[in-house]
Amino acid sequence: MLEQFTFVGLLFFVALFLSIMMIGLAWLLRPKRPNPRKSEIYECGLQPHGEPWVQYKAQYYIFALVFLIFDVEAVFLFPWALAYNWLPFYAVLEGVIFILLLAAALVYVWRKGVLEWV
Amino acid sequence: MEFLSRLLTFLSNAIVNVGGWIEGLLVNLGLGEPLVSLAMGLIGAAVVGFFPLLVVIFLIWAYRKLIARMQGRLGPNSSGTWAGPYGILQTFADAIKMLTKEDVRPQGIDVVPYNLAPILVVVVSLMVWAVIPFGPGDALVGTDLTIGIFYILAFSSAGLFVFLMAGWSSNNKYATVGAFRAVAQLIGYEIPQLLAVLAVVMVVGSLRMQDIVAAQDVMFLVAMPVSALIFFLASMAEINARPFELLEAESELVCGYFVEYSGMKFGMFYLAEFMNTVAVAAIFTTLFLGGWRGPWVDQAPILGTLWFLLKMGLVILGWMFFQMTLPRLRIDQMLAFNWKFLVPLGLANLCVVGLVNKGIVAALVGEVSAWTQAGILLGANLVVILATWGILAASERRAWRRQETWQAAQAGELEVGA
Amino acid sequence: MTLQQIFFFVFAALTLVGGLAVVTARKLFHAALWLLLTFFGVAGLYVLLEAPFFAAAQLFVYMGAIGILIIFAIMLTRGIMRQDAPRFNEQWWLAGLLAIVLLVVLGWLAWQQPWTTTAAPIREDSLHLLGLALVDPEGFALPFEVASVLLVMALIGAAMIVKEG
Repeated sequence: MLEQFTFVGLLFFVALFLSIMMIGLAWLLRPKRPNPRKSEIYECGLQPHGEPWVQYKAQYYIFALVFLIFDVEAVFLFPWALAYNWLPFYAVLEGVIFILLLAAALVYVWRKGVLEWV
Repeated sequence: MEFLSRLLTFLSNAIVNVGGWIEGLLVNLGLGEPLVSLAMGLIGAAVVGFFPLLVVIFLIWAYRKLIARMQGRLGPNSSGTWAGPYGILQTFADAIKMLTKEDVRPQGIDVVPYNLAPILVVVVSLMVWAVIPFGPGDALVGTDLTIGIFYILAFSSAGLFVFLMAGWSSNNKYATVGAFRAVAQLIGYEIPQLLAVLAVVMVVGSLRMQDIVAAQDVMFLVAMPVSALIFFLASMAEINARPFELLEAESELVCGYFVEYSGMKFGMFYLAEFMNTVAVAAIFTTLFLGGWRGPWVDQAPILGTLWFLLKMGLVILGWMFFQMTLPRLRIDQMLAFNWKFLVPLGLANLCVVGLVNKGIVAALVGEVSAWTQAGILLGANLVVILATWGILAASERRAWRRQETWQAAQAGELEVGA
Repeated sequence: MTLQQIFFFVFAALTLVGGLAVVTARKLFHAALWLLLTFFGVAGLYVLLEAPFFAAAQLFVYMGAIGILIIFAIMLTRGIMRQDAPRFNEQWWLAGLLAIVLLVVLGWLAWQQPWTTTAAPIREDSLHLLGLALVDPEGFALPFEVASVLLVMALIGAAMIVKEG
């Protein structure tokens, strides 16, 4: 089974070589004239104001957390879906219960207003 | 005459025959066995690596020309400087421009992640091509991994951190906010993609891409339209196509997470975006449109590759129609669409298809033909569609009634107040 | 030195270097990126153990979800990206001693253990067998459902924390 992955490794090196070659070609071909005006951070043409790390919305974290839960659920569902064709009916029901529990949790979180982008 | 028939036989399986000819050359050069297979592997990897680049070069031109024509403009053309007939050489001009632009280095950046991000973004886009089947047999796939489709999903998911790297290391508020939004959108829409793929994997019973293609006597687009629709929409968000184009909202975020990149580094992000489009089109074709299947593929396997490319083109054309007509969504609309519509729909689809398929197949004794199976699946999907339509209509009616009551109350208040 | 051994050393080096760099990095964001490299190394080790599904699951869940969650948590904390985090504190000698003791004990245990290897190849349909075992009432059906309940609890807990804060 391991021989299957040799191609993946080869493709990784080819892809890496390709990207580095493109960047290298650009490095060779482009002009280099640094200038303090050019190095200023872009802020719609004005002077950059304050620190670049302000407090961002906490909602990003909430959505990432919900995504993590569903991600793990999906990883559990993959073996179940693979064996589906050979499963008796009650086993399919077990999987559906798994999904319904998480759907119920999603509905709960939705009603509680956690999924709002306030 | 005999030469013609031999040429046709050679061409009918052209890619495999050329590969065999090269291998023969290498063996005649006297190289040992492991070196020959390594060299063949490298050549295969180079072909698979360069193929998306070639397609992207053509795609960028087609994209700009078609969208312009459909919007009543001219698009790339030769009316100013000569750029080939119909402006075909425009993409090469773009590439030369990007190679020769100065790399403006902003102050205060974090050097290593800043320079690594463009390289990694292209690498990750190219890695998914290892398992895409271009034709029948083992020779026309990079490698037919046992975990085929799961490998693709895993690599797309693992590649998301490059956006955070690019955004954070740019030392720019807009870049960081853009990176956050990019990641929030991309991780959100992976779940419906996963659920749609799960439905397909359920029916096929295997993760291998060649098995998924082989199981499609009836295209899964016809047998499981809900899964196809969910995957189509979720993929549009994954490739930043309008209406999900928040990530480079030029009027709002000024290019989002790659605002501080210039020259070829920006070119790499641009390239990666188009390569993602082509990759996801290839995945959609394999999963739902039957991959390389089509008439006369048994006699001439090269036709399989042709059908594959045609179907990929159709999918990209479909996305282009959406892209040129719809405006951009806001971030809360995009997130609400995902978590409040696509994810519950995907979960419901999985449950209904699972239960109905198993129930009916268990009731029918004996072997079910492919068409019967497709009919059963289509029936299950129709149940899901009707139920969704009913729920959406009911909630819309409730919202409308609430709106009417509110308006009546306003009018009532005004009358009383005056 | 077979090719497999070379790859093992490469991935093991990636994992160890990544792990070391996580705890000794000056900036917190760099520590998070080194952590992602560690996850990638572990995924490579899974591939070498002929468990490609778990390698992909590692990439999917750890690199794609948990890594992103950690980076979000770091970036959403005000001011923490500005200062360089202190790398060593005063009890570094005690920590070093405990680490060496742990290394010696684990190493001795691993050396003494008669590791059994089987010459039987991994079955092609091992994933289908896993699926069958997950829903078998005499298999892992109960842990399967309990895992779902655990995930529900995690989601509800997160919702409660959000609504309080």
